[in-house]
Amino acid sequence: MAPVAPRSGDAIFANIEHVNCSWTVQNAELFTLTYGAIVRQLLTDLEEVDEVNKQLDQMGYNIGIRLIDEFLAKSNVSSCVDFRETAEVIAKVGLKMFIGVTASVTNWNAEGTCCSIVLEDNPLVDFVELPDTYQGLHYCNILSGVIRGALDMVSMKAEVTWLRDALRGDDVFELQVKLLKQVPEEYPYKDDE
Amino acid sequence: MQFFGGSEISPSPPAPTASGNNGHMLYVFNRNGICLLYREWNRPLHTLNAQQDHKLMFGLLFSLKSLTAKMDPTSAEKGNLGVPQLPGQGCSFHSFRTNTYKLSFMESPSGIKIILVTHPRTGDLRDSLKYIYNLYVEYVVKNPLYTPGSPIRSELFNTTLDQYVRGIA
Repeated sequence: MAPVAPRSGDAIFANIEHVNCSWTVQNAELFTLTYGAIVRQLLTDLEEVDEVNKQLDQMGYNIGIRLIDEFLAKSNVSSCVDFRETAEVIAKVGLKMFIGVTASVTNWNAEGTCCSIVLEDNPLVDFVELPDTYQGLHYCNILSGVIRGALDMVSMKAEVTWLRDALRGDDVFELQVKLLKQVPEEYPYKDDE
Repeated sequence: MQFFGGSEISPSPPAPTASGNNGHMLYVFNRNGICLLYREWNRPLHTLNAQQDHKLMFGLLFSLKSLTAKMDPTSAEKGNLGVPQLPGQGCSFHSFRTNTYKLSFMESPSGIKIILVTHPRTGDLRDSLKYIYNLYVEYVVKNPLYTPGSPIRSELFNTTLDQYVRGIA
């Protein structure tokens, strides 16, 4: 049943996301608990921690490709000029809008293609403790998938990985977002058709 | 529309008037050129079949976007015509008008293009197009049964859209 679970998980998640951005605090707990249930179920179904990480990332990707339109429609931001602006918008507007956290952007590399987004608090991990047997689990991997999916839909191929994870003993959550390339829009039809 | 009530950043729609049927056609394309939606309210003359019509419309807008960006007198960079554009660069055009119709265009950074063809005396429809984009998000993107990139088959979306376009002055 494993292929079916992520699809319905996506559906629930999309609805919860909607609920969470309109009514803030009361439903944050529902959100957290539902997410915890999804991860728990994935662990039971798939057993391998790496598989669960991959599945969470894939679910996040499926959410991200839809979430980008909602984000663009509601937040009314215009196209970002470069990746620096994009990262700022993700941290300050996007994360705030959907999970209510204000993140900060740090650690820019020399070319401006790689940065870290630091989340001080994270509603997904309220009430969560990671047991020793699951130390390899990236509990919030859905977030990395969402960012990757959303960036994909605005022509930026990116790689998103976790550098620091508060569930594993670090003090904050740190995501590294690396821009691989920007894909310009190509004319999709062949000329002879 | 209660789902817009909570957020102060979505545009409020222009107040609907009772002037009736001003919209002629509406197209919605995604970034791969797939026509997600085509609605027709008032189109007496059909010259091409649907497929060709969609391709023509998409091609027209793609070229126009490219052309307007390259001819921008205020931009410093001058690439060659026909070089694919990165989104966010260059200016974006939003409408053109002929003696018989006006075509209004909006493109989101995610590549969703909304085209509305109306009668020539219509004013600036940018806010209306943004509102239609919001409708798209609410009724189509948030529908768990909808696969992105496939044609839209949602009665509710079609009805709401018809109602809204009928009210555009």
